[in-house]
Amino acid sequence: MTKHFLGDTAALLGRSLRHITRSADTIITTTLMPIAMMLMFVYVFGGAIDTGSESYVNYLLPGILLITVASGIAYTAFRLFMDMKSGIFERFQSMPIARSSVLWAHVLTSLVANLISLVVVLLVALLMGFRSSAGVAPWLAVAGILILFTLALTWLAVIPGLSAKTVEGASAFSYPLIFLPFLSSAFVPTATMPGPVRAFAEHQPVTSIVNALRDLFTQQPVGTDIWIALAWCVGILIVAYVFAMNSYRRKIS
Amino acid sequence: MTVNEARGPAIHVQGLEKSYKELRVLRGVDFAVARGSIFALLGSNGSGKTTVVKILSTLLKADAGTAGVNGFDVVTRAADVRESISLTGQFAAVDEILSGRENLVLVARLRHLKDPGAIADGLLERFSLTDAGARRVSTYSGGMRRRLDIAMSLIGDPPVIFLDEPTTGLDPQARLEVWQAVKELAGRGTTVLLTTQYLDEAEQLADRIAILHEGRIIVNGTLAELKQLLPPAKVEYVEKQPTLEDVFLTLVGDNGKTGKTGKTGKTGKTGRHGQDRNVGTDA
Repeated sequence: MTKHFLGDTAALLGRSLRHITRSADTIITTTLMPIAMMLMFVYVFGGAIDTGSESYVNYLLPGILLITVASGIAYTAFRLFMDMKSGIFERFQSMPIARSSVLWAHVLTSLVANLISLVVVLLVALLMGFRSSAGVAPWLAVAGILILFTLALTWLAVIPGLSAKTVEGASAFSYPLIFLPFLSSAFVPTATMPGPVRAFAEHQPVTSIVNALRDLFTQQPVGTDIWIALAWCVGILIVAYVFAMNSYRRKIS
Repeated sequence: MTVNEARGPAIHVQGLEKSYKELRVLRGVDFAVARGSIFALLGSNGSGKTTVVKILSTLLKADAGTAGVNGFDVVTRAADVRESISLTGQFAAVDEILSGRENLVLVARLRHLKDPGAIADGLLERFSLTDAGARRVSTYSGGMRRRLDIAMSLIGDPPVIFLDEPTTGLDPQARLEVWQAVKELAGRGTTVLLTTQYLDEAEQLADRIAILHEGRIIVNGTLAELKQLLPPAKVEYVEKQPTLEDVFLTLVGDNGKTGKTGKTGKTGKTGRHGQDRNVGTDA
């Protein structure tokens, strides 16, 4: 059965990519909120925020990119949930296919959809004056971290996608993820925050990922932040994967 | 037929039990379905018909009892069972965003068949969906959707097909189309397990009918055998009033592929003799 894994995953991936191209509105709504936040923070609040860097949009972009992924994976959970509800999931499961390919197709689709959203947000940031002196290697590192972050959050999204009772439940889990960057170094330096808030902000995953991305963009030495960032991404990925697979096995047996 | 019998029944179920928490849905279900026949599992809502189908199609594990499909045990040989079956669910499991043709191509690819495009075109033709093939399924009518659903089940010619309430929610015309498709299937030697809550559907289609009630099969037999369970029929002549269904089908003209306007549905059995009057078999 597993000999068909790649072919089955490719067939199902083709299916959900068609869903994405035919409902382009999901990509637009995914990118709309991060772009609106970026506009508001750069042109409204930005003037009053002292980050110590010369351009606020340069400071802000890493956090906005993470928010883009966090809002994008709500659709991953939504698409999976709709498949579970509609009966097509059962049709696939009753067919002679590699059963895990159903899940992998959703995960890869999520990756593709989020990468498209990230590119859209990045283009808007460039229009707003974002500039980076980084060469090819740091950009590849940025892409690598964002892919890892997307995969980690995607597997997290698979859990509510499989187990939610309602559509709202399937996508509501992403709200805390979207707001996590506000309690981090994404918008303002953590140094101005009061003790406990600062302690939380400096020890949650977003801060280390944002700092690593920012250092890569500005060609600063990345220091330990990048390793902490990678550790968070891989850690979330593994834990989410184990829970998602458990939940999946319960569903199909 | 002797060869088929040597290979045993297409579906074999013994002592099947299943509970959802406290609720005992199946309490020891036994039945067998001969190869190439249509078997109707009749029961009211919540009687456990869908649970039986889910266990047979390896989507659900039974608490007790054994079940085999095409000679393979559903637990130990689940992969072989999935090679042998096709499931058409209660709610048409088709992809709304894809076109009809894309749905068929997808299933053909997942069944690892050669030339999925040609298979899709053949089935579109056979189910009169060629014109609609390139359209998104979300624009299809209920009957077209169910026809596509059944067409998807036929890909790869599985020897056993499960149809879980195939006509629920369909208008009378679409219902006739589905019946026609099911009859053709059985004509080609496919074994069909059909669940339904419509008595006339079982009467129209099934070689054998089993009634599932409170988690057990309470009767299992041919229509004639089932009828004998009641006191002998008394013959009375009543003037045949057209049913609303007859009126509807006559007025809208097109009657699917049956071409027997007004002599279908509830009056199908007697209508075939072309009588003006109906022979009632009231008990």
